[in-house]
Amino acid sequence: MAMTDPSSDGRFGDFGGMFVPETLIPACEALEEAFRTAWADISFREELNTLLADYAGRPSPLTQCERLSEELGYQVLLKREDLNHTGSHKINNVLGQALLAKKMGKSRLVAETGAGQHGVATATAAALFGMDCVVYMGEVDIERQALNVFRMRLLGAEVVSATSGSKTLKDAINEAMRDWVATVEDSHYCLGSVMGPHPYPWMVREFHRVIGLEAHEQCQKTLGRNPDVVTACVGGGSNALGIFSGFVDTEAELVGVEPAGGAAVFRGTPGVVHGSLSYLMQDEWGQVLEAESISAGLDYPGIGPEHAHLAHIGRARYEKVSDSEVIDAFQLLSRTEGIIPALEPAHALAWMSRAREELTGKTVLLNLSGRGDKDATQMMDLLG
Amino acid sequence: MIQEPLRIERALRKRIETGGKCLVPYITGGFDGYIEAIYAAAESGADAIEIGIPFSDPVMDGPTIQKANDIVLSKKVSPLDILQEIRGLDIEVPLAVMTYYNIVYRFGLERFANALYESGISGAILPDLPLNEAEHWITAASENGTETVLLAAPTTTDKRLENLCAQSKGFVYAVGLLGITGVRAELARSAVVIAGRCKSITDKPVLVGVGIGTPQQAREVSEVADGCIVGSAIVQKLLDNEGPESVGSFVADIRATLDES
Repeated sequence: MAMTDPSSDGRFGDFGGMFVPETLIPACEALEEAFRTAWADISFREELNTLLADYAGRPSPLTQCERLSEELGYQVLLKREDLNHTGSHKINNVLGQALLAKKMGKSRLVAETGAGQHGVATATAAALFGMDCVVYMGEVDIERQALNVFRMRLLGAEVVSATSGSKTLKDAINEAMRDWVATVEDSHYCLGSVMGPHPYPWMVREFHRVIGLEAHEQCQKTLGRNPDVVTACVGGGSNALGIFSGFVDTEAELVGVEPAGGAAVFRGTPGVVHGSLSYLMQDEWGQVLEAESISAGLDYPGIGPEHAHLAHIGRARYEKVSDSEVIDAFQLLSRTEGIIPALEPAHALAWMSRAREELTGKTVLLNLSGRGDKDATQMMDLLG
Repeated sequence: MIQEPLRIERALRKRIETGGKCLVPYITGGFDGYIEAIYAAAESGADAIEIGIPFSDPVMDGPTIQKANDIVLSKKVSPLDILQEIRGLDIEVPLAVMTYYNIVYRFGLERFANALYESGISGAILPDLPLNEAEHWITAASENGTETVLLAAPTTTDKRLENLCAQSKGFVYAVGLLGITGVRAELARSAVVIAGRCKSITDKPVLVGVGIGTPQQAREVSEVADGCIVGSAIVQKLLDNEGPESVGSFVADIRATLDES
């Protein structure tokens, strides 16, 4: 069972689709067509690969963790997406979309951001390609991620505060979609995760497939085999699908880790928001609930539709961890390996730490999706 | 004994056949005084009334309707509360609900369609349910004769527009501009263009909504269209606590201006 293309109506099993206002339908269809063509075009692939190598610094290394393995009692490997330019996996998708947008003749990028990593990556790509850039960010997140706000502005992007609803990622997406409805002719919506209307969940996964491809090859070199478990944090779920894509056809167990306060698979039911049908935290009337997490990047009540599908068919399993477990994991990796992780991948590590008994004797590959510099201020306040 | 709802297309055609232009006001359901506002609009010359059922993430709506939504949601008013209140209405003007698809999906498609029927509501406008995804809903809705109004946008291609106009029931909702709901200083040129494009391929009523906020804009766009939908300008009056009677007098103003032409 490979992670294949979605059906012609944008479905992964029962999930996905294109639930957007009519105004955006032609843009989504044009984007699908442009992506399909570009992705089959060797020259587009080469251009993107060159950017990923010479600008973003790929391939990212695979690090064997001696001290952490000793501490946890089983072998741990890290896929080092934290070492990419801009500090997270987000750059893979953004370079792909920006290149595509440029080829489609768009002059402006619109993006939403939670922790600011996708916003920074989009602002970076916009600077690189000489495009205008507007990033919507929840008012609450602007406060807790001040450093990334400054970085985006330094890169020439306009950062707009989303003040409606929960004032976090969900509301930033609403604002970005409203912007796109009004500017669709010259703007590309550079969506930052494997969610939204078709073709985004598919396209964003494909742009992150490089993580899984590299990791698979690196595991063969380092281990001579596949890991037993592959794990990653899941908000919308882009870094997880990136690494899962390299191992979905192997025996490896795939584990996505959500924050307890935003556990769409655990607490959610099928619903439609932000363009697709997926698992969603909602009340009995279909009003979307506000997620609550220490991590701005995972503070989202939904999940990408392909994750819903993987959960539904049982190919991946989804765990949830509490904020306090995450804080411990954040410190654990810093102390044992000299790597300060972003709070988002610290979720997956928190699960790994809790599940020691179950994981004993196994080899676990963790996608370290981003570095923790952006979280330093927030953690300084918490840890003193 | 449930009576069949008054049908929207029938009411609009009646207005058009007598040489008039159609007016459909939008009122946020569940908002303080909304029932009185519906009565006031009905008595002041509305041809049909669109009742919003608030959703937590209304991506087609601008700040005014968002704000009214948030106020209703903060009072824990449920979609069912609104539908049940409407059930008790006694008016001679057909009704439609405007909401987002997740409300319908969560309710259950058939159950929602039945609830509309039982509340005497004829139409449904679901701005995030484009034609591509609408099949299941349209099937469920048509059992009761519910009129699913489809939206046509300035970006809609000619081929899509034809299909969309053919499948739309009640009327064709022509989105007047690239953007979300809200009052604009001037009527967008795109409003007239999309109305003209729809009129040239369908004989169904074509009403323009989004960006129509004054009697003058209503008249201007109705030179090409069969009429218009006015939302944010009306909801703003409720937000400003001007009361249901202000909704009535505003609707009467637009009616009078439309009737002059």
